[in-house]
Parts: sequence; C-alpha cells; structure tokens
Amino acid sequence: MRILVCVKQIPDPANPSRFDPDTHLLVRTEDQILDDTDRYGVEMGLRLAEANEGTVTLVSMGPVGRAQGIRQALAMGADRAVMIEDETLAGADALTTARVLAAATERTGFDLVICGPESTDGYSGVVPQMMAELLGVAALTYATGVEVSGDRVTINRQTSAGYDVVTADLPALVSVTAGVVEPRYPTFRGIMQAKQKPTETLEVADLGVEVSVGQEVVSVVPAPERAAGVVAEDEGEGHLLILEKLQEAKVV
Amino acid sequence: MAEIWVFCEETDGAPSTLGLELLAKARSLGEPTVLYAGAGSAQAWETLGDHGAATVLHFDHGDSLAAAPVAAAIAARAGEQAPGMILFGQAYTDRDVAGRLAVRLGLPVLSNAVDVNLEPDGTATTRHEISGGAEIAVAAFRAPSPHLAIVRPKSFPAEPVGGPPPEVVPIELPDVGGAGALVTERHARERQGPDLEEAAVIVSGGRGLGAAEHYSLIESLAAPLGAATGATRAIVDAGWVPYAKQVGQTGKTVKPDVYIACGISGAMQHLVGMKDAKTIIAINKDPDAPIFTIADLGIVGDVHKVMPKLIEELGGG
Repeated sequence: MRILVCVKQIPDPANPSRFDPDTHLLVRTEDQILDDTDRYGVEMGLRLAEANEGTVTLVSMGPVGRAQGIRQALAMGADRAVMIEDETLAGADALTTARVLAAATERTGFDLVICGPESTDGYSGVVPQMMAELLGVAALTYATGVEVSGDRVTINRQTSAGYDVVTADLPALVSVTAGVVEPRYPTFRGIMQAKQKPTETLEVADLGVEVSVGQEVVSVVPAPERAAGVVAEDEGEGHLLILEKLQEAKVV
Repeated sequence: MAEIWVFCEETDGAPSTLGLELLAKARSLGEPTVLYAGAGSAQAWETLGDHGAATVLHFDHGDSLAAAPVAAAIAARAGEQAPGMILFGQAYTDRDVAGRLAVRLGLPVLSNAVDVNLEPDGTATTRHEISGGAEIAVAAFRAPSPHLAIVRPKSFPAEPVGGPPPEVVPIELPDVGGAGALVTERHARERQGPDLEEAAVIVSGGRGLGAAEHYSLIESLAAPLGAATGATRAIVDAGWVPYAKQVGQTGKTVKPDVYIACGISGAMQHLVGMKDAKTIIAINKDPDAPIFTIADLGIVGDVHKVMPKLIEELGGG
C-alpha cells in the first residue's frame, strides 16, 4: 500500500513568527521543525505501512532549502520525501497549497493520504478537504482511530456529540487528530538513516499548478486590551483571593 | 441586497447554535438563506424562521458523510443564484464542506474569522485574531463572489427575531462516486456535568498539574462550583483527558462568566479559545507565564497547594 503523509515544517513555536508590517506576509524564523501535530500522521502512516506491506512517502510544501523538519519525519521511519520548494509559493493560500500538494500526491501515486487536521502556524483547517476534492477521493476527517482492511478504510470520526464510524473505498484521504496514536521517537539509527533516504525536490513548474492569491491582509491593528488584573504571590492565602473573586463574580 | 448563505449542520436534531449565530450576522449583511444539512423537521424550520431565515435549502444526506455531495450541490446552486457571501462555522462538517466547495468554485476561503463584512459595492473583508488575540488582521478577498468565510464560534450572539417559518427547498444530492463516504455508526458520548460551551464557570487544567492523575483536582474544584472542566492542547495530546475537553484554537471556544486556569502557562493556541471570558483567574508557578497578562486575578503559586485549600473552602473534596 502506498501511503502518503503530508507534513509541514513550521517555525519553532518557541520562536514565533511575525507579520511584516510592509509586505503583510508572515516573516518566519529560520529554524524549521516538523509541525508537532504531523508526528501523529507520520506514526499512523508507519503503523499502517507495517501492517499492510506499505511504504510511507512524505509530501511537504515549504520554504526553499530547509529540510530539518522533514529529516525528523524520515528519522521516525518514513521511506522517502517529496518536497515542493518554490519562491512563488511564499504567502500561498490554502487553495494554492492544496493544489500543489494534490498535484505532487497524484504525481507520486497513492492509495491512502494522511494529513493532520490543520497546521499549527496557519490553522486554515481546510487543506485536507481541498486535497480530497482535487484528487476525487473521500476525506475521512478528524480521525481518532484508523483501520485499513482490504480496499476499505474505516475511521472513528470526532463529532461534536461524540464520534461516528465512517468508511470509504481506497484510494482515500484521512485527517488524524493529535493523540490518535503515540508517535515514536526517532532512534539514533533512524536519525543516521534519515540522511541517506531519497528526497525529491520539485518546483511549481514541475506540477503545472497555477498559483493564485485570492486574499490579502490589508491591515494589522492591536486588539483592544483587557484591563490589567492583579497578580499576587501565594503565601498561603492565595485561595482566599480566588474565593473573593468568585464571590465578586457571583458564582459562589 | 446581496444574498448571504449560511451553512447550518443539524446537531441533536436541531439547527446548530453556530449556524444560528451566523444567521444573526447574515441578517445584518443581506438576505439570509440557510444551507441546512441534516434530516430536518418542522421544529427545525420553525427555529430557523424564528432566527430570521426566509429560505432554507435542505440537503438531506442521510447516512452519507455530508461533505462531498453537499458541497457539490451547493456549488451547482451557487452557480445559479450568485450569492454574495457564504458563511461557515469553524466546526468539523462546516470545514469539510467549505474546503470542498472552495475547490469546486475555484475560490479562496478565509478561515478563523471573528467578523465578516460585505460592502454594498461587493468589497468583502474578514477580521482575524492573530498573535493569540493581541492583534487583529483584516483580510480582503481578491476574488469574485461568492466570498467564502469560516467564522469562529461565539463571534456573534444568536438572536431570535420572531420570523415566520421559512420556505424550505429540498435539494437533490448528486452521486459523487469515489469521493463519497458512509457513516455506519453514531456514538454520543455520555455527558458528565455541564457542557463546556454553555457553562457559566469553567475550571481548566494544563501541564502544570504535573501528571494525568492530578486532573482530579480540576474535577474536585469544578464540582462545588457546578463548573465544566476544560484542558489545554498539551495535556490532551499527552492523553491525560479526552479531546472533547480541549479549549483553544483547535478545540472549543468558550466565553464563560469565570474561567479558572490551573497550571496553564497561556500558549497562544489556548488564549484564543478563552480570552473572552468575563473574569479570568489563573494559578501558575511561573510569574512570567503569559496567562497572567490576561488574568483578572493571577496567583503565582503551586496548584497543588492553592487548589486543595480552595476546594476545602468551597466545601468540595
């Protein structure tokens, strides 16, 4: 089974990006790490590959010349990586991102695509669904459990009430929630092997995708600030201050 | 006036609260039409009419997963009726339909909006909270209508206006072939205590609790307050509590009267989901924790010392 896992390299959240006030583009820090939520998709891909004689290929669109985060996922055990790097993709919106990822996915060939539900830095939360529509396959979204049996994939899909069991024919796409499986840590051997694994770098022209920008940040303004509160050191009486506040708010 | 379409998923047999919130906003922007996904009922139509819907397009998807067939049907209809804007909520099925619809229409969709605007000349903008809510970014659509936006829950209050039952138009769903999926079982989780999104008081825990078993402190404090219990993404990811308790960007958005954050440092992703609580109380060991910048009362201290005393004071345990 050919499993593709979409992963994203993001700036280290410990070192946040900022908006450039002139260009209105996100200025990312140089450090790129694997989006923490993507570790779950990689782990799920590896487990399904182990159980179904499959291969795991990473597909990632990101800044030119940065592969630190991809190497993290390869070190976990993925077989190879396809990276789409192109200066014209800076500031790409969700639709363009989905078009690029779907084109790369189609070019690579797949039975199952695994995504996270959204990235930690962009949060558009629609790229997996867009990819599925572009690929003409089902999107089994917000999975808290995934099973593949023969040519069918079945998931437990998170809902506001609880969960649904949802099933579709392969090829298909699933998006997995954090916590679906416990991601493994790369071993030393995995880290060493990751350096030798095949990676392919593509540009937009290789994929025949039209890059469109359908939206633009026109201004960034400070949000109205909350009135400053009281911060007190607990010297054994902190709970009484809280009690007072709860009484003031009339909830006790 | 432009037609404003509002997606509304049936939840527990009734229109979702999120859909009703969007409907209130849609009324202020133009002529609202509801895109209703679910079985539907006289009661549901009455509720939608009461909230100002004049027309309901009804997509009864049965046991099919809604996204692919409903998005295809909306796309076909949008081609005929040319709405000015289509609003979705930041929720599971809403996002699934919006993403597929955007591809069908070849149009961008702006996510995580906290407000939307449509000028009479057709210019559309959305507002987004960035940097954990410290800044607001205004984004403009640079594409033809309909403008697609996904709006965070509780951005607008749902408001009944006492309208008559709407005209309901059943819409036939196309066969989407391999893009379709089937729902074979539905499971509702057992409700324990008040609902996170409706509760007046929320007690929430983070990694500062130290270990999964210490989440019981959160429950013990919540009980005497009649509060709902919440959590940060960090401890949900760590498997301490179920995802349903997660408050924040990828979890629930809450606006309770009182939010008590225990052992929560205040990562941006968490603040976005709770910063609009009327009163925020925080207990954290680290005096530099970002949570203290938005707390009305911050106690710099150990949750394991402060919370048991507070629980005892409230007669809990």
